[in-house]
Amino acid sequence: MKVFVAVKRTLDYAVKVRVKADKSAVDLANVKMSMNPFCEIACEEAVRLKEKKVAKEVIAVTVGPKAAQETLRTALAMGADRGIHVVTDMRHDTELQPLAVAKVLQALGAKESPDMYILGKQSIDGDNNQTGQMLAGLMDAPIAAFASEVSVDGDKVHVTREIDGGLQKIDLGLPAVVTADLRLNEPRYATLPNIMKAKKKKIEEIKAEDLGLSLEPHVQYTSVEDPPVRQAGIKVESVDEVISKLKETGVL
Amino acid sequence: MLASGFKSAGLMARRGLAASAQARMASTLVLAEHAEGAIADSTLSVVSAAKAIGGDVTVLVAGADAAKIAEQAAKIDGVSSVLAAGDAAYDHGIAENITALLQSVQDSKSFSHILFAASNDGKNIMPRLGAKLDVQPVSDILEVLGEDTFKRPMYAGNAIATVKSSDSVKLASVRITNFDKAAAEGGSASVEEVSGPGDAGKTTWVADEVAKSDRPELTTADKIVSGGRGLKNGENFEMLYTLADKLGGGAVGASRAAVDAGYVPNELQIGQTGKIVAPGLYIAVGISGAIQHLAGMKDAKTIVCINKDPEAPIFQVSDIGLEADLFKAVPEMIEKL
Repeated sequence: MKVFVAVKRTLDYAVKVRVKADKSAVDLANVKMSMNPFCEIACEEAVRLKEKKVAKEVIAVTVGPKAAQETLRTALAMGADRGIHVVTDMRHDTELQPLAVAKVLQALGAKESPDMYILGKQSIDGDNNQTGQMLAGLMDAPIAAFASEVSVDGDKVHVTREIDGGLQKIDLGLPAVVTADLRLNEPRYATLPNIMKAKKKKIEEIKAEDLGLSLEPHVQYTSVEDPPVRQAGIKVESVDEVISKLKETGVL
Repeated sequence: MLASGFKSAGLMARRGLAASAQARMASTLVLAEHAEGAIADSTLSVVSAAKAIGGDVTVLVAGADAAKIAEQAAKIDGVSSVLAAGDAAYDHGIAENITALLQSVQDSKSFSHILFAASNDGKNIMPRLGAKLDVQPVSDILEVLGEDTFKRPMYAGNAIATVKSSDSVKLASVRITNFDKAAAEGGSASVEEVSGPGDAGKTTWVADEVAKSDRPELTTADKIVSGGRGLKNGENFEMLYTLADKLGGGAVGASRAAVDAGYVPNELQIGQTGKIVAPGLYIAVGISGAIQHLAGMKDAKTIVCINKDPEAPIFQVSDIGLEADLFKAVPEMIEKL
C-alpha cells in the first residue's frame, strides 16, 4: 500500500516561547525550528509499515515556507521515499489553519491515491488537534485519532487509541486516516549516511496557489498575549510548614 | 455581551423571519458527554460556555441510553431543549457516525454555535464536523468574549490568543476547567427525539479498556496528587494514593515521564498532550516541571511541590515548595494529615 505522512515544521519543543511586544504573534525570528514531535512519531510509524513490507511507498508531505524543506529532508532521512512540498508564506501557527491543510492533503491524495494517511495528533504550536480529523471528514474516510498501536491486516487497520478513561480498540476499512499519539512508537534518529542519501531523494515543489484551493483563514488571530503570571511562591523547610500553610489558606 | 433581552429577536428569527447570519440571535447546540447512563460533569461546563455566548442552549444526547440521559440533561439549569438520538451507533464515540448525526441535526435546526468538551471525544468529532460544514473550528476555548470572539491557548499555554471566527456556524471545543459547572438541577427543558443516518459502517468498534476507579475523575477533581519520574517505580505510586485519600479523596495524576516508564497507565497523564486539570490543590511529587507538564496544571489554585532538586522548574510555579526527599516527606505528610 501507499502511505502519506504529513509533517510540520514547528518551533522546537524545548524553546521558550516569546510573544512579540506588539502582541501580534509569537516571535519566530531566529528561533530553533524542528519537526513537530507528533509528526516524527507519524513518520516513524509509516517507515515501520514499510519495513514490515505492509507499505510499498511512503510519501512525506508538508505545507509551509521554503524552509520547511528541511523538515521533509528529515522525513526522507528517517526512511520516507519521496517528498511533496506545498509552498506557502502563510504563518503556520495562526494563518495556515487545519481546514486549509486538510484541503491540501485531500487534493494531493486525490492525485496519488494513498491507502493510509498518518499524521501527528496535534502540532505543538497551534495546539489545534484538528487536521487529521478534518482530512478524514473531507474524504469521508474512517479515522483513528490518538493511535497508540497500529497494525494492518489485508484491507483492515487495527488500531488501539487513547481515550479519556483508557484505551479503545477499533478496526477501520481503507483508505483510512490515523493520527499518532505519543506512545505509538519511539522515533529513530536519522543517521549521517541516511541524511546523505536523503539529499538525493526527490521533493516535488508545488505552489499553494497552483492547487486552486482557497486557503484563506476562517479564524482571525487578533492578538496573542503572554499567559497570566503566577505570583511567586514560597519555599518551606518542613512537611509541618506545608500543612500549616495549606491550613492557613483554607485549602485543607 | 448579549443580554437575554435579545431573546425575542432570536425567536422571531427561528420562526422563519429571514435573518442574515449577523442579525441572527445565538442558538447553541452542545454535544453531551455521558458515561454509564449518567450525564458527565464536562457537559455542565460546556453548557456554561454556551450560556456565556447567549441565546438558547440545546443539548444533544446520542447513544443507546439517550432517552434516559436526556431526562437528566433536561434538568440542567439554562438548557432550553434537549435532543435525544437513541441509537447504539452513537456509542463509543465513533466519529463518522456522530458527525453524520450532528450534520443532520444542523441541517434541520441551523444552530449558530456548536460546542464540544475539549475531551478526546470532542477533539475526535468536532474537526470532522468542521470539514463537513466547511468551517474552521476553534479548539480549547478558555473564555467567551463575544458571539464570535474567544480566547484560546497555543504553544502549550505559553501564548494566549484572541481569535475571531468569520464562519457562519461557529464550532468550538471548551476547556472545561475554565468554566464553572452549570447547576445539574433546576431546568425543565423539553425533550425531542431525533435520528440520524446511524452506522456509517466504516469503523468497527472492538473493545474499550477503561480503568474503573472510585476516585474522582482527574479533570474534575478538586485535589490532585501527581507523581513523576522521581517515584522510581509503579509500587511507589501507592504512597500517592494514600496521600490522596488523606486529603479527603483526591485523584492521582502523573507526568509523561512516569507514564512512559510504565509506572501508571497513560490516562493519568497531565500536560499539553494529556489531561488539563485545574484543581483547588495540586501536589506535584518528584516532577521537575517541564513546559509540557505545566501546560496541564498551571491553572491549579494552589500548587505544592515536593522535589529534592532546588533548580527544578516546578518551584517557579509552586505556591508552596518543599525541597526534600519525597520518600521521607510523603510518608511524613500522610502521617500528619
